Amino acid sequence: MEAFTTHTGRAVPLRRSNVDTDQIIPAHWLKKVTRDGFEDGLFEAWRKDSEFILNRPERQGASVLVAGPDFGTGSSREHAVWALQNYGFQAVISARFADIFRGNSLKNGLLTVVLPQETVDALWELTEADPTAEVTVDLERRKVLANGIDADFELDENARWRLLNGLDDISLTLQNEADIAAYEKARPAFKPRTMTA
Amino acid sequence: MGRTLAEKVWDDHVVRRAEGEPDLLFIDLHLLHEVTSPQAFDGLRQNDRRVRRLDLTIATEDHNTPTLDIDKPIADPVSRAQLETLRRNCAEFGVRLHPLGDVEQGVVHVVGPQLGLTQPGTTVVCGDSHTSTHGAFGALAFGIGTSQVEHVLATQTLPLARPRTMAITIDGELPEDVTAKDLILAIIAKIGTGGGQGYILEYRGSAIEKLSMEARMTICNMSIEAGARAGMIAPDETTFAYLKGRAHAPEGEDWDAAVAYWKTLRSDEDAAFDAEVVIDAASLAPFVTWGTNPGQGAPLSANVPDPASYEDASERLAAEKALEYMGLTAGQPLRDIKVDTVFVGSCTNGRIEDLRNAAGLLAGRKVADGVRMLVVPGSVRVALQAVEEGLDKVFKEAGAEWRHAGCSMCLGMNPDQLAPGERSASTSNRNFEGRQGKGGRTHLVSPQVAAATAVLGRLASPADLSDVATTAGV
Ligand code: SF4
Repeated sequence: MEAFTTHTGRAVPLRRSNVDTDQIIPAHWLKKVTRDGFEDGLFEAWRKDSEFILNRPERQGASVLVAGPDFGTGSSREHAVWALQNYGFQAVISARFADIFRGNSLKNGLLTVVLPQETVDALWELTEADPTAEVTVDLERRKVLANGIDADFELDENARWRLLNGLDDISLTLQNEADIAAYEKARPAFKPRTMTA
Repeated sequence: MGRTLAEKVWDDHVVRRAEGEPDLLFIDLHLLHEVTSPQAFDGLRQNDRRVRRLDLTIATEDHNTPTLDIDKPIADPVSRAQLETLRRNCAEFGVRLHPLGDVEQGVVHVVGPQLGLTQPGTTVVCGDSHTSTHGAFGALAFGIGTSQVEHVLATQTLPLARPRTMAITIDGELPEDVTAKDLILAIIAKIGTGGGQGYILEYRGSAIEKLSMEARMTICNMSIEAGARAGMIAPDETTFAYLKGRAHAPEGEDWDAAVAYWKTLRSDEDAAFDAEVVIDAASLAPFVTWGTNPGQGAPLSANVPDPASYEDASERLAAEKALEYMGLTAGQPLRDIKVDTVFVGSCTNGRIEDLRNAAGLLAGRKVADGVRMLVVPGSVRVALQAVEEGLDKVFKEAGAEWRHAGCSMCLGMNPDQLAPGERSASTSNRNFEGRQGKGGRTHLVSPQVAAATAVLGRLASPADLSDVATTAGV
């Protein structure tokens, strides 16, 4: 996983709530067996409309998505995160994220930033009025900065440490291999098994 | 102080706990399917890792599989490639797989319980959000992303922050024709699609205790639609009776030891939940969705709501967008909505009891002209049982299509899809835009409402069928 420290880029204001993962990446894209090449599937249905914000010339190259509440609801597909990253997004800001989506993003180095809806409103107004406005997401200082906006955000210390250092969860867990083995030894015999080992 | 059911199961699976770190939890059962696993197996290969516990891992094929002509090669090359990838990965790593054509194949959340692998007090994960289904057994079961699938394959554990708990208490008697599906749709409409976020829900109360395992699975299945991490129901005699004698249920002394443990899995009297919701079962009625998320629902007797009636601006906007997508007008009676397609199936309502309920209403009646009805058993075992009971004949005689097991029209990944603008009454769990096919419009319903709707060609409850004579017994 790539480390995330701070990122500055232009934003896409997405004034929609409850953007579910079926909208982020429709099911037929889920047949791919790789982690890349999902950029054209991102918001596929909406992108058919030439007026959809992602299609506007002034939004090309933007890398921070500012979305309505309950972003990423629905299916657990990690493809939603890959699609956002493949397209070029580095951070998503919303007042509320679905749990699984948020977990998936943090595991892939896509920063999901929770800010109060008023701050999201302010970011929408700023970036709608001025598409060239830049937004900085600073994980070291846990701040979102833009013209006239200086907002602190929370992220639990462990997740932040892993993101800042780009640490891979599996290697971290395998450092505790002895604990896992001890737990396995003590498991009751009646627990189900899919096959005899 | 006492602990909740969720806390007990959680505590029993902590491999390692350290200040400032998420708990490392042991996973008892890992279910795999073709969609969310290929990139995880790739990760293992790249890092030269193996599957740590093959004996706690099982795979099946469901999302991409066709429900017709299953003996022929799969027509869509991309779907075929994904299934072949799963078969190759399972063969290479040694994972037990039930592929298309196998007698244990089916929707992953139907297969686990029917094999007796889903047991009280276990942790169950799958790269699929509806893993919450398994919570019906008093298991802690939740959907995970592909990175976590790889993590579980490699370590049989997951680092997780402990969610909060919410009690949803439903006391009283459910009125006639009100099913588990109506109940969960009403709960989601009440607490909202984000209402359960960050929580493990525990459904309890006398109305829940009376439900069958199938009905409990329907409820837990849709916990995720309320945004919850998981949903649970304390195991009881109904749970034990369901498990007894299943292929992977414990036997002999193990059975006794297991039951003794399972009986401890109840929230203590003095356990504190972080949130509580109370619902009176008697107040419920058959429920349908009118919008494009599962929280946008109403009793069937109601009208399509007026977006202007919402005080919250984002809810109002969401309702406006939903009505536009759904092609509905505010104030229109829900009962007047005509459908093109009726789908009975999915991990929400594709079990034997669901098929019995739908067949019971269809017996001696006909699917309305111009309506296509698909009945898709959740697994091959469910299909075999239905055939043994003659349910397939009832469906076929009524004019419905009887299909092979799979996810089918629950999501647009296989050939069973809605055409743009087509409208369905569906027993599945998601009515998102395009979920059942590009431009398709979905109304979520119970199997009973699905059957009544198929006969009348418009959204209808079983009671509406009283005017439609049956030919049964004539
Ligand atoms: S039946 Fe539907 S919800 Fe269930 S696993 Fe299949 S696609 Fe997912």
